[in-house]
Amino acid sequence: MSDATVDDADATGRTERLGDRLRAELEALDAARVGVYAALFALTAFYLTPIESGLVSAFKTNPAGISSTLPFAPPPLRFFTLEKWRTAITALGRGMVNSALYAVPATIVSALLGSFAAYGLTQADWRARYKAPVLAMLVAGIFIPYQAVLVPLSQFWGAIPLRQLLTPLWVLGVPSAYTGIVELTITHVAYGIPICMVLFRSYYRNLSEEMVEAARLDGATFRRVYRRIVFPVSTPMFAVVLIYQFTQIWNDLLFALILVSTESSPAAPVVLILAGLGESMEGQDFALRMAGAFVAALPTLIVYIMFGEEFADGVAT
Amino acid sequence: MREFLSTARSRLRRAAGRDAGSDGDAERADGDGDSALATDGGTAEAGADVAPAGGTDGLLDRLDDRFGEDFTESAPFWLPPFLLVGLFVYGAIAWNFVISLTEYKGFVGPDYSDLDLDMYVRAVGDSAVIDATVNTFVLVVAFTIVALVIGMLLAILVDQKIRFENTFRTIYLLPMSLSFVVTAQFWLWMYNFNNGVVNIALGAFGIGPVDWIGNPQIVLWAVVFALVWQFSGYTMVVYLAGLRAIPTEHYEAAKVDGASTAKMYWRVIVPQLKGSTISAAIVLMVFALKAFDFLYSLVSGYRPPNGADILATKMVREAYSTNNWAYASAIAIVLFLMALSIIGPYLYYEYDKGNL
Repeated sequence: MSDATVDDADATGRTERLGDRLRAELEALDAARVGVYAALFALTAFYLTPIESGLVSAFKTNPAGISSTLPFAPPPLRFFTLEKWRTAITALGRGMVNSALYAVPATIVSALLGSFAAYGLTQADWRARYKAPVLAMLVAGIFIPYQAVLVPLSQFWGAIPLRQLLTPLWVLGVPSAYTGIVELTITHVAYGIPICMVLFRSYYRNLSEEMVEAARLDGATFRRVYRRIVFPVSTPMFAVVLIYQFTQIWNDLLFALILVSTESSPAAPVVLILAGLGESMEGQDFALRMAGAFVAALPTLIVYIMFGEEFADGVAT
Repeated sequence: MREFLSTARSRLRRAAGRDAGSDGDAERADGDGDSALATDGGTAEAGADVAPAGGTDGLLDRLDDRFGEDFTESAPFWLPPFLLVGLFVYGAIAWNFVISLTEYKGFVGPDYSDLDLDMYVRAVGDSAVIDATVNTFVLVVAFTIVALVIGMLLAILVDQKIRFENTFRTIYLLPMSLSFVVTAQFWLWMYNFNNGVVNIALGAFGIGPVDWIGNPQIVLWAVVFALVWQFSGYTMVVYLAGLRAIPTEHYEAAKVDGASTAKMYWRVIVPQLKGSTISAAIVLMVFALKAFDFLYSLVSGYRPPNGADILATKMVREAYSTNNWAYASAIAIVLFLMALSIIGPYLYYEYDKGNL
């Protein structure tokens, strides 16, 4: 403290010099800063334009409103309509229900199985020589182009008498086309396990080893350690995996197309109906397509806006 | 420390009669009359009370001796998912290969007695397959490179200690949460000849209008552009994680050396992002190979716009539109080999680094 009083004059001088330097630096920085923010806002415009243009177009009449206004301008009052949204919701409503019927169970089951597999392959002590190929096969499963399994998949589901096995459902009045939903659920579980496993694995590898070791020293079984320790601490990772996996399954078209095939089927998922929406004899109804796109994207958009952090974590791994 | 713990543990467990305390094994050993052991708690001392059980234990012990001490105990966790993936992925690929050797088409099932490589010969001579292969290659390479570059620029921009960082990041990543089916609708509208944003924006500079989807010379690039829009946010997230992992001293050191910002990034930072680049590139290539959903949705059908046919769309069209199952399987194998030539080295690289 006393030093400060002694050096007071000197210190003031130094502060001034420092202040000058800071100001100069700030000025130089400002130009760069402005550039950075300008770029950030320009990019924001780039990423949002297709979405914005779609959103405003969904409120326009077709073809008059669509063709006589700028595609990114909000609809003027005389071209404003909610009719496209009504049509889209009517057309896609059952698809939303169907999509949820397989996306939700498939998400939960594949996340659980992925967590099991990751636990059995990280915290268990068995020879790396044998563990590595199991792991490699599971990891490689993420990258397989699904085209390489489509024909056998059709053959497989064609050979399984699922329709007979599920007779109780049809007796209860469920349309028999819903075998497609069951097939989709199992298929998505199987192909979802690898990515879920990898996500959980990166998490389990960083788990405190002492905790698990100590529990096992106390005589807790492998399964008990999972139930009492590993599963409870996996909650944040489950959030990440469930969100990522739900988005993936909801968004996938290929399996829906192969296993349910026609959009007129009562079991048609929303993406399948959307892919055929807005095609008509008189030309494409873009307002309807845009409204439909937003309706179909709504669940994933909600999930993304609510859990953006977790989604980013999921894709970053 | 860890080694000590695990040896100590294994000794303890063997001394305690090993299996008796395990939930999983106790269940399997139910027949031996020690089902009471399945109850939780105090398992270690419970194990000590019980004499080693019969034959199954011997087999399990031998399996554990061979594969490692937790092998059988952890099997209930990793084996069912592994079998499911094995059946649906590897079983299906093997089956697909066998089908590709048959002459299977139409509605009569495949005849497995007559296997040959006819379908591959046909594929090599089919100019449509050659075109699709070239298009696939162009799409994958162009999309991956552009998405990597844009993603890195985004990451560097977002990493400048900006305000509202989360908001910007959320916006850039937003398109990735959308389905290909949804983004295809958006871009169909963006690329619309008369009323699309792209042509109107270019028109302001006196360019166009351009028939983005209808012109076979351009359509593939239009698709690449749309895919870059959708997935560059993903690359950004990967690079951002990589940038954050670089110690600040590296930036400081470069600054002290008087390097300009651009030079610093190019010389010091970018080389350190090699790991991020590789993992991002792999995932981007896989996305590109899955572009089927996007192309299908553009036209609401199996036949993509002229000039944009890739192996993925060609394969599905052969199978589900014209029912040339064996031929489609052969094309699928070509696609699979392309993917394998990317993933194989990547997995080896990861294995080499000790990540597997």
